[in-house]
Amino acid sequence: MAAAASPASLDSAPRIMRLVAECSRSRARAGELRLPHGPVATPVFMPVGTQATMKGITAEQLDALGCRICLGNTYHLGLRPGPELIQKAHGLHGFMNWPHNLLTDSGGFQMVSLVSLSEVTEEGVRFRSPYDGDETLLSPEKSVQIQNALGSDIIMQLDDVVSSTVTGPRVEEAMYRSIRWLDRCIAAHRRPDKQNLFAIIQGGLDADLRATCLEEMTKRDVPGFAIGGLSGGESKAQFWKMVALSTSQLPKDKPRYLMGVGYATDLVVCVALGCDMFDCVFPTRTARFGSALVPTGNLQLKKKLFEKDFSPIDPECTCPTCQKHSRAFLHALLHSDNTAALHHLTVHNIAYQLQLMSAMRASIVEKRFPEFVRNFMGTMYGDPTLCPTWATEALASVGITLD
Amino acid sequence: MKLSLTKVVNGCRLGKIKNLGKTEDRTMDIPGCLLYTKTGSAPHLTHQMLQNIHGLPAMVQLTLSSLAEHHEVLAEYKEGVGKFIGMPESLLYCSLHDPVSHCPAGYVTNKSVSVWGIGGRVEMTVSKFMAIQQALQPDWFQCLSDGGASCEEATSMKRARKSVDRSLLFLDNCLRLQEESEVLQKSVIIGVIEGGDVMEERLRSARETAKRPVGGFLLDGFQGNPTTLDTRLHLLSSVTAELPEDKPRLVSGVSRPDEVLKCIERGVDLFESFFPYQVTERGCALTFSFDYQPNPEETLLQQNGTQEEIKCVDQIKKIKTTDCNQEMTSFEINLKEKKYQEDFNPLVRGCSCYCCKNHTRAYIHHLLVTNELLAGVLLMMHNFEHYFGFFHSIREALKSDRLAQLKELIHRQIP
Repeated sequence: MAAAASPASLDSAPRIMRLVAECSRSRARAGELRLPHGPVATPVFMPVGTQATMKGITAEQLDALGCRICLGNTYHLGLRPGPELIQKAHGLHGFMNWPHNLLTDSGGFQMVSLVSLSEVTEEGVRFRSPYDGDETLLSPEKSVQIQNALGSDIIMQLDDVVSSTVTGPRVEEAMYRSIRWLDRCIAAHRRPDKQNLFAIIQGGLDADLRATCLEEMTKRDVPGFAIGGLSGGESKAQFWKMVALSTSQLPKDKPRYLMGVGYATDLVVCVALGCDMFDCVFPTRTARFGSALVPTGNLQLKKKLFEKDFSPIDPECTCPTCQKHSRAFLHALLHSDNTAALHHLTVHNIAYQLQLMSAMRASIVEKRFPEFVRNFMGTMYGDPTLCPTWATEALASVGITLD
Repeated sequence: MKLSLTKVVNGCRLGKIKNLGKTEDRTMDIPGCLLYTKTGSAPHLTHQMLQNIHGLPAMVQLTLSSLAEHHEVLAEYKEGVGKFIGMPESLLYCSLHDPVSHCPAGYVTNKSVSVWGIGGRVEMTVSKFMAIQQALQPDWFQCLSDGGASCEEATSMKRARKSVDRSLLFLDNCLRLQEESEVLQKSVIIGVIEGGDVMEERLRSARETAKRPVGGFLLDGFQGNPTTLDTRLHLLSSVTAELPEDKPRLVSGVSRPDEVLKCIERGVDLFESFFPYQVTERGCALTFSFDYQPNPEETLLQQNGTQEEIKCVDQIKKIKTTDCNQEMTSFEINLKEKKYQEDFNPLVRGCSCYCCKNHTRAYIHHLLVTNELLAGVLLMMHNFEHYFGFFHSIREALKSDRLAQLKELIHRQIP
């Protein structure tokens, strides 16, 4: 798959991304986003705080870990507590007292995840509330209206999302509809100076559909692009090809946000493929199941083998959990009913993700990214050559070899 | 360890306990409370969040019920439970049971006492108990004791007598084993006063326990609801009258503000702080006032607020509380109520806790309604800080001879 030259962006679109360095081999970039609530270094991992909270950790803890942007979810917040209340609370920032940046998803993904409760038409998505049975129509206009009330720094278009395992005409329908919905979102957006509306490239696993979507959407005047419709049940082999296709057609001077990706290996490969922003519930969710992320994979701390392990989760990690506590203590606490155990792991897992992105960025800036990738894979898989096939192929496609 | 009394006013003791801990240089104020923990950690709170709380007690309460099953791990660790749980600098008191979930009763024999952990029942003979304490190395620990006389509906004379006999036997055996243990030389055994509701047995327990070289006394069997405490207050006074003045008196299972005051008036020095935890678990925030000398404007505002809250108490009491089998008190507000949905005030105006400085009632309400974990974190921080502030005000009131005012203020807030 030869990398095509990226199309020139429209002159009038706001440039929120500044490129600081580019890898001379792969498509990896280091940059800085200029957002209303402060700068954000890229590549960046954005933890997901769905309902105006990062689960059990406070805004202060999140800030102390170096997080400068996190996610909220329009679907959930639109239902509870609702946009009117949040507006009264001075937006989502005011409501949850988060001083840095927020990105809100449009509610589109819930169409897939809550598919039994939803129905898609050209108008929008009709949802039946799981809480009170009420029906709501989430249209592109309504989604933007809610996000305008939330006041997030980056808002997402409402897209017609189909699961990546779906094939046939529905995928094409969803792709074209997403373009029409993008235009409706752009038209409805009341605060383009304060909130950056991103488009979301769809097209499923079909290269032609995706290419069409890319061609059309990049004609629109938006500050950034997300690559959507992936990170579902598709094979990794198909996944990376769609990511690579997307980054090859997206403008270089605008951020590329790959939605729903958060496993360490996936992050490293997709940075190599040219993505700048990522979000995923995985690190925070797996923490609440007692799993701690480490450079060699993860530690299931509830298991008996950690009962008498008096070392920290990761001796190299600088997070408060690793500074203060041993695996043995966390093991004991995880077997109690004290929720503090979950919070210790949430702190560590977010720290792990952020430290990974930071290390990647430094290696790009210092022109040693391919070496970083080799070391990473070596640590994760025992030997760089034991890296999964799809990752090896994806990396090779952008000039990084692992032996 | 040395207890110095600054003054005694109407039975209330104000003072300091000095030379505490392994380094013998720590101090604790009395009356005071101990930080409540579950499995060695404040509930919901990581170390970072705990450090945000102002007025943290110098001594932390650990429960054997949550730690006994980790005996082997701690024995292998060797460096003591304080370091294991990430609190190497704290003074540690190890009680037998968890005051919140102290059940079921029974399972005490002439040779053993059982505690209930997550993994089930752990039976301890004196030697096992002392072996566990050797692994824990706490600064103070409650001696193995028989609290069975107070768990039952009606204490029989026979049961009360047995509780005293057994507890004294356990005490003598534990003291003997302590002498033989190098590791436990710096730990202090707290003798336990038993005897159920039988005055004669209570007095016997107090007198006999006081003869032993214990570092302090735990008054066991006074837990229950406010009514049961009231019926036992005379027992409490009689017991403390028998105890030496220069050793601290702890009471287990009593943590409500009104009950705390009653016990202080009857010579108790130290309390457990599980009440703020129970309040947290039912989604409530402590809001009672302990500002016994506010400015007139503040008084008016407080009174208006309090009256409004008292009006709602009857309604509130109908709300089932899931987690602690306790009813909501008038010392708190229930953040789940719809009226807090758009209340952008802090939990308590003027409170300097992390939650009140950073968040609103509306936000806490949202977190509770959506079942988010952060609700527990924020409420725990506020409730602990509020509670520790109450104890500070008790000491200040005693210092300036204003305890009557504080007492009146507290009782004004109970309908």
